[in-house]
Amino acid sequence: MPPTVPKIGLLKGLALTLKTMMKPSTTAQYPHVKPDLPPRTRGVIALMEENCTVCMLCARECPDWCIYIDSRKETVPAPGGGGRMRTRNTLERFAIDFALCMYCGICVEVCPFDALFWSPEFEYSTYSIRELTHERDQLRRWMDTVPPPPALEVGAETPSEIETGLDKARKEAEAQISALLAAQQPAAAAESNGGTAAAVAEDEPHVEAQVDQEVYDQLIAEGASERVARAKAKSAYVRKERARLRAARDS
Amino acid sequence: MESLASTGYLLLDLLLKVVPIVGFFLIAPLVAGYIEHKGMAHMQDRLGPMEALPHGVGQLIADGIKFIQKEDIIPDAADRWVFALAPGVALVPALVILAVVPLGPGVFAENLDVGVFFALAVSSVSVIGLLMAGWASANKYSLLGGLRAAAQLIAYELPLVLAAAAVVLQAETLSLVGIVEQQFAFTVLGIPVPYAVPHAVGLGLFFVASLAELNRPPFDMPIADSELIAGHMTEYTGLRYAFFFLAEYAGMVVLAALATVLFLGGWYIWPGIAYPAGWPAWLTPVIATGVTVGKIMTLVFLMVWLRATFPRLREDQLQRMSWLVMIPIGLFNIVVVAIAKVVA
Repeated sequence: MPPTVPKIGLLKGLALTLKTMMKPSTTAQYPHVKPDLPPRTRGVIALMEENCTVCMLCARECPDWCIYIDSRKETVPAPGGGGRMRTRNTLERFAIDFALCMYCGICVEVCPFDALFWSPEFEYSTYSIRELTHERDQLRRWMDTVPPPPALEVGAETPSEIETGLDKARKEAEAQISALLAAQQPAAAAESNGGTAAAVAEDEPHVEAQVDQEVYDQLIAEGASERVARAKAKSAYVRKERARLRAARDS
Repeated sequence: MESLASTGYLLLDLLLKVVPIVGFFLIAPLVAGYIEHKGMAHMQDRLGPMEALPHGVGQLIADGIKFIQKEDIIPDAADRWVFALAPGVALVPALVILAVVPLGPGVFAENLDVGVFFALAVSSVSVIGLLMAGWASANKYSLLGGLRAAAQLIAYELPLVLAAAAVVLQAETLSLVGIVEQQFAFTVLGIPVPYAVPHAVGLGLFFVASLAELNRPPFDMPIADSELIAGHMTEYTGLRYAFFFLAEYAGMVVLAALATVLFLGGWYIWPGIAYPAGWPAWLTPVIATGVTVGKIMTLVFLMVWLRATFPRLREDQLQRMSWLVMIPIGLFNIVVVAIAKVVA
């Protein structure tokens, strides 16, 4: 074979390496610079053990049986006093073996009492495979790293359990305030009590969400998907309606 | 009493020459190695060393300390003395060449009248070290690597010498300092240029041949890690292994220095542009040395660039390239230079 003449490809190769050298590297300096993970990263499974009723659904649904749950039966007095004693399951052990876990998330999906959550925490590698079985205390600690649930769309109804919780908290706060006031000026306490409650209720007028047809049509025309357009149209309606109600109230 | 004084002066003279050379010999390869680490890493979309001091500048020092701590193993079947001596034999030539390479006006240990001849002759001694290492290791891979190194050196010593010979013809001197001074006064059509312009072919030959001399990719068949498992270095450990590495990087620096002196105008920024006479006496050599080192490191970067870009050639392609392409071109180059010299 006669010697082949070097062609332009050699220079192209050189240009490529030089170009790569000039542009910043994609390498992440991991232990020094923490990765910028998406907010709902599935790093580890955390346990909200207060919510767990030991129903065993997670352990049964787990494809590789990496969840260990022990419980005992406890007898507690009937609520409200009187009647027979009630029995209740109490959690004794809740452990997940992350050496077995394949991070399918089925346990998080099936938990009917919101006791299992995905946490973005991922730095829990160990030197021994045994240390990868994490007990309830560690799982509970990871619960603190779970991000809050995504915000509701504007105009969406507050979930009933949150609404009742808020109501309860509000009533308690009022009770405390009135107790304070009663202690300070016993005479004026009775009148001020009703006034505060009314102010809180009036602060944000309640509006039933409806689709604002005008906004909806405009968004569809702009190429938004039907789902997005409906949501935005609803929130636009609620904002408008609230502003109207507030103006009517103030005038 | 007088003889004692003269011996003292001799010793002082020796010390003043040896210490800077050894210092340069130990530091310059570290800089070359750092250029290689970082340059190659970024060309491969990596960051390279980042942990030892800021941006990993201390990486090679850390590596050196690590090599010192390693166990020094000599295989049972090895030829002990030859095995132990080989890294030194590979290393010393680079150190010796540095004694004649001028880094600046007056910044050299010896101005030999036969500087080019001396440098090229000594540079080929290092292959004996590789051959010794390959033979003494009692390992098939090492032996193959050593033989490949020898064959490669013989093939590429010729284009290297031919390219240098053309420059010697042009400069009419074998002294490296003389070549730099001649080059300073050199003009083509009245424009002062370094020898790299009329000797572009020679520079190309010299550079490619020095890559092959140093067993640098894409001509690293003697140490091809994927086929010969580092060739002659297979059985080496610890400090002796580090010596081979140092020899490679020192070799890069030395041959880049030779190319700088022969083709790129040595310590002058550009031929015809002298350093101002009004400067303090110590400043000119310092700036000039900086210019030389800058040119050397640019060539070292070029070597790294080629390494990161091109895949390894096959052994037969390597030999064919030398004997059928480079040596004929080198001979033709000399003929052209000789004719031009006579006509001009």
